[in-house]
Amino acid sequence: MAAAPAPKTAKPLLLSVNNIEVVYNDVILVLRGLSLEVPEGEIVALLGANGAGKSTTLKAISGLLKTEDGAVTRGDITFAGERINGIDPDQIVRRGIFQVMEGRRIVSDMTCLENLRLGAFTRRDRGVKDDIEMVYNYFPRLKERTGLAGYLSGGEQQMLAIGRALMARPKLILMDEPSMGLSPLLVKEVFSIIRQINRDLGVTILLVEQNARMALQAASSGYIMESGKVVLDGTAEELTSNEDVKEFYLGGGHEERRSFKGLKSFKRRKRWI
Amino acid sequence: MNTSLFLQLLINGLIVGALYGVVGMSFVLIYKASRIVNFAQGEFLLIGAWACWWLLTYYQLPFYVGFPITLAFMMVFGVVLQTVVLRPMIGEPIISVIMVTIGLSIFFQALIKWMFGVFAKPFPPIFESPTMNVFGLEVQTVYVASLLISILIMAGFGWFFKFSRLGLAMRATAFDQQVAQSLGISVKRMFALSWAISAMVSAVAGVVVGVVNGVSSALSVFGIKVFPAVILGGLDSVIGAVVGGLIVGLLENVAHYVDSQWLNWGNMYEIAPFYVLILILMLKPYGLFGTKDIERV
Ligand SMILES: Nc1ncnc2c1ncn2[C@@H]1O[C@H](COP(=O)(O)OP(=O)(O)OP(=O)(O)O)[C@@H](O)[C@H]1O
Ligand SMILES: [Mg+2]
Repeated sequence: MAAAPAPKTAKPLLLSVNNIEVVYNDVILVLRGLSLEVPEGEIVALLGANGAGKSTTLKAISGLLKTEDGAVTRGDITFAGERINGIDPDQIVRRGIFQVMEGRRIVSDMTCLENLRLGAFTRRDRGVKDDIEMVYNYFPRLKERTGLAGYLSGGEQQMLAIGRALMARPKLILMDEPSMGLSPLLVKEVFSIIRQINRDLGVTILLVEQNARMALQAASSGYIMESGKVVLDGTAEELTSNEDVKEFYLGGGHEERRSFKGLKSFKRRKRWI
Repeated sequence: MNTSLFLQLLINGLIVGALYGVVGMSFVLIYKASRIVNFAQGEFLLIGAWACWWLLTYYQLPFYVGFPITLAFMMVFGVVLQTVVLRPMIGEPIISVIMVTIGLSIFFQALIKWMFGVFAKPFPPIFESPTMNVFGLEVQTVYVASLLISILIMAGFGWFFKFSRLGLAMRATAFDQQVAQSLGISVKRMFALSWAISAMVSAVAGVVVGVVNGVSSALSVFGIKVFPAVILGGLDSVIGAVVGGLIVGLLENVAHYVDSQWLNWGNMYEIAPFYVLILILMLKPYGLFGTKDIERV
């Protein structure tokens, strides 16, 4: 087997996104040559401002782009050694990629249990019952909620969304802003569970976040996006100590916000061009 | 007051109402899954009944062979209809899709008349004794069977949506197609499945009515009666369809009784459900059980 290009870690790559371009409705160009790599068993953070194209990146990987009239028009997405762009989202779930969409998107007119069972839709094995117990172990409060999932609090809904993803036994979870709308305490709780899941089950996680501090604490490496491209990447420590990242994503906030492009210390990486 | 006639009509109403409920459920199934208003629902009854009649009389198959074959045929029919005719219509305006189902209804009506003629044809006898004894009352066996089958189908629907993997998937599809796909559900397959089940269930109702009244084009009237039933219940509620069906069935018969005893206007049987429909819609625009975001696409 050929060696993976420039590995940051010794672990083999589970996902690699290679210079993709994404277009919505045939005209709106949103991703312009985005590349990223996710090693097996790691948590990788994908950060960036609103509208940078983070959710679009996840949808390109999960195939859900198709449901919004978007398409990958250039580049490759490779998962576990196979090219997966253009495959229908339901088939991608079967291959082991599960996206927890922005805003939880639980089925609000079903119970917690029904939502969890739905997560296991693609499975036919006998382990589903045990996995429901496993999810309840991670999120004990879900077990107590017997009513409709629509009446759960925001935090509980996020937990249900994560639990539902676990029910599919995926190799890779694409998590879109799990901290959205949660109180600081709940954000902590959710992130500690994300780490726990990654550690216990060996699930690889690509984590999109606005909360860069929490995300970089959980992740081993990260990417920073702007206007449809990766503008910076590195290990979590590198990113956390980077001056620009500190200024834009981690601290302060009293200075007027400028673009990354205007900064001297900014190192643009053009690995694929 | 003629009590025994009234009682008789109530029982009739219950039996017919349960059948309306069954057809209503199969209509709601399609509507919920794919937001298509199927004006050809009545023709599903017609096709199912004629298919079964044909197998039983032309090929002389016993009922227990001919009936399952009919169901298998209707399943394939539903899937083919959905994939060939309606799948290309996904994303088209609702009114175009409605025109297509109206077109299908007219087409199948004509086709059936051309193939089988316009006269009612009786089913070969299915039960060994045409009447049976229920609590001391002499009742037609088909009526008892009809009610039992309706209840069985309703219970089956309940189980399917509450406990089965595909039933949950169908509910998820009805809730939000993107969410369904993110869970690994093929929305296209769910559409096809909903049409298959709907066609099969309607065919069961068609055969039941055919056995009672004979098979004729009149069967497709069920497709029209089903509208007041499902609109009463709320277009997207399966339970609503059952309740709506029972109400329509009972109303027809009560109206008939009132009419025959006192009013003598004639035709009350046909129109009473529609009057009540208008009344209820004025009070509850989403029907008795409908959800308010009914127009969400
Ligand atoms: N379905 C769509 N059709 C057309 N344009 C879209 C669609 N979805 C997103 N976009 C556009 O693509 C760009 C990137 O959107 P995306 O949702 O990927 O950003 P994001 O980084 O996830 O932002 P946020 O942090 O606000 O969630 C935005 O300009 C958005 O308007
Ligand atoms: Mg987003």
